Parts: sequence; structure tokens; C-alpha cells
Amino acid sequence: MGLAIKEMMAKRAAEEVENGYVVNLGFGIPQKVVNYIPKEKTVFLHAENGILGAGPAAEKGKEDPDIVDSGCVPITTVPGASYFDSADSFGLVRTGKLDITVLGALEVASNGDLANWMVPGGLVPGMGGAMDLAKKAKKVIAITMHTDKKGNPKLKRKCDLPLTAVNCVSLIITDLGVLEVTDEGFLLKELFEGHTIDEVIEKTGAPVKVADVVKVIKSEE
Amino acid sequence: MQNRFNKIKTIDEAMKHITDGCTIMIAGFGGIGSSYDLIQAIIKKGVKDLTLISIDAGDPDVGPDHIVGNKQCKKLITSHIGATKAAGELLNSGELEVEFSPQGTLAERIRAGGVGLAGILTDIGMGTVIEDGKDKVKVNGNEYLLETALRADVAIIKAEKADEFGNLVYSKTARGLNPLMARAADITIVDANEIVELGDLDPETVITPGAFVDIIVKGEGDWTWGWQ
Repeated sequence: MGLAIKEMMAKRAAEEVENGYVVNLGFGIPQKVVNYIPKEKTVFLHAENGILGAGPAAEKGKEDPDIVDSGCVPITTVPGASYFDSADSFGLVRTGKLDITVLGALEVASNGDLANWMVPGGLVPGMGGAMDLAKKAKKVIAITMHTDKKGNPKLKRKCDLPLTAVNCVSLIITDLGVLEVTDEGFLLKELFEGHTIDEVIEKTGAPVKVADVVKVIKSEE
Repeated sequence: MQNRFNKIKTIDEAMKHITDGCTIMIAGFGGIGSSYDLIQAIIKKGVKDLTLISIDAGDPDVGPDHIVGNKQCKKLITSHIGATKAAGELLNSGELEVEFSPQGTLAERIRAGGVGLAGILTDIGMGTVIEDGKDKVKVNGNEYLLETALRADVAIIKAEKADEFGNLVYSKTARGLNPLMARAADITIVDANEIVELGDLDPETVITPGAFVDIIVKGEGDWTWGWQ
């Protein structure tokens, strides 16, 4: 049996992570990325609330109420972890010490603009740390369904929703494939098995260039 | 325990500083690192028209959201209210003014207030609605937003240990905003899990020097997390 598509998207994002990387994972599918980082790579997960070296969720009954991730889930720490205050936590972000952040997206524009924090007239949860992370991580990976629930493209010429940060996303992993944000807009580089180049072009709200070789990511991989 | 600096007080005594219309900072992240007892005392006192500064609205059962949900705030300065219902409902119904600040910017505005600076320059939020109404400053050819410093009348701090002078150490991820807010208020009230003698804290491990602390209370913390 192949992995469910959201797991495959997380697995693909994990391939971007190198040994020694400092990584921040957003809520939703990005949180699954940690499960696919190979054991031979030592990675330091950053959580905005003040930890570098976040480990897996704490076992039931062994939770420490003072060790939680940015979603307030009780977690553990890995060897080499550190705690710090919120100013240090975002100082680390703003000075470019985050190698990768993986974030969810409501919309991504073909110049890399990201909208992921509010829908006018709808819920206004607030941006939390997303503006800081999106603007300053060395590499911003957006993980998102290619279209919204009504089938409207989430990858567009220009975002209609309020922006989180301008010109920040460099790689987009959707349920259809993997696109790079280039100076000439979206570049399709990989497809998940079962999807086609035409389908990606049809479901994207901006021109899509296609790489010379488009790799197909097989579901049993 | 001696009380030579008259900083160790009861929660009732500490509450004299919380009055209608005052500005309060409450530290903590989703309730972790927040003083449950002092939040409950603010609710019990029933003060109104507060301006509340907190990084998020907190866990609905143990965080500052309790005060928001009790309609004691006219304004909330925060980065996130998504984990709670009350703040969003009051925002949508117009009963609560919410000023959103990106989380790192909010932390830095509080840090600035606590170290005697008037504001900070940052490019976070450039090209977004965060720019609206803010002055811009050019440094070395690059443009930055001028984000003003934040201070409060009272800061509500949760520490792992305090000594009689108010030197503080924190616990793990319960540190968060606590050291920043402890410096940024006219009156800093600390709820400590343990109050120890002068000299019991290793000076190398003290995060907040006691000079920043005005009042120390011993919280009971009689509550549990949802997952406990």
C-alpha cells in the first residue's frame, strides 16, 4: 500500500532537510515532515515558544507541563536542545539561522508571495510567528492542496488574501506535484504518480513552466 | 522566610495594583508560563476596560483568554487568538479591539519597553497590512517599519523560583515572554512555584535580576491541563 497523499507530501518535504539543519514546522501537514527525516540526519527543530531541539511528543503519563511545542502539545527534547526566551527565539529567525521552514498556505503567488494568516470576513486567528518565519527563513517550503475545497486554484498570479510575506516561498509541494518559484514564475519539476502536467497547468491560476525532465514520485517510494 | 524588602505579599495585596482601565502584560504561551492564580484573581476582582498584552490569547481554561472571555478587556495586543473562541467572538462583535503584531515583533516591542528603548526598526510585515499607519525609516538604503515599544502598568509573571529580592529562574519552555515582560512594567508581580532564601539561587542561573521585581506571591496552581 502506498502512503496517503498528505504523508507523501510530508515525505517529499523531508528530502529537503540536511544533516545539522535548523528547521521550523508549521501546523497541519508540515508537522508530519518530522516523521520522514531519516535517523542518520541530526536535525534541530525550532519551536517559536523557545526551544531548539524539540523531540517527539511525550508519552502519555510522562508529560512535563513545562515542555511543550508551539501548539502547546507536551513534547520531549533531543540531546543538544536549548531553551530561551521569545526574543532569542525570533532573533534566531530574523538573523537567518533557520535553514528551512515548512508552512501551510492559503494562496501562493508566482513571485513567491504567501498568504496564510487570515481570510477577511472569516476567522482572524492572527499571524502568530508566520510573518517572521516566512520572511526570514533561508528556505520557505509551502505545503498545500493545489486547489481549495471549491476547486479554485491556490497557486495564482497574485494573492487575493492578505499577505503573510512578499516574495518568500521558493518551493511548493501540493497534492499534484512539486513546483519551484523562479524569476519566471512557477516551474513544475515533479509529479505525484497518477497526475499529469496538463492537470497541473489547468488547476494553477498562473502560467506554469515545465522542467525538461519531470520526475514522477511513485506512491510506493 | 524573611521579607526584608517587603516584596513577598499575598495575592490580595498584589491585586491592589490591578485597577479599571490599566494596561496589563501577561506572560505565557498557550497558558504555559502563565500565572493561573493571578489570572483567577484578576477575574475575581472584576476590573474592567483593561488593555491586555499577551503573545496569544492562551489556553481557554488556564490562560489570559479567561479574562478576555469575562469581557474585562477593551483592547488586546497579541499575535494569535486562534486557539480560543472568546477573543474571536468579541472581535467579530466589535466588543474588543485587537491589535495584531507579528510574534517576533511583539516580543521585540516588549523587550524594547523593558530595556528603556522607544521602539525598534524591522522589515517583518513589509508589504502586508502590518505596514498600515506606521512610520518608515531608511537605514543604509533599506526601509524598515518603526514599531513602538510596549510597556504596561503591571506585568504578571510566572517563575519557577524567586528569592526574597525577586531574582528569578524559569522552567524550560515556560520561560517564553516572562523575562521580557518582567522588565517592561511599572509594577512586576511574580507568581513563583517556590520562594527561596537570598543566596540559594546560583547567580549564574538567574535570568531576571531582582531589581525588576516588585511583588512576589506564592501561587497554589491548583489546576490541570486538558491532557493531564
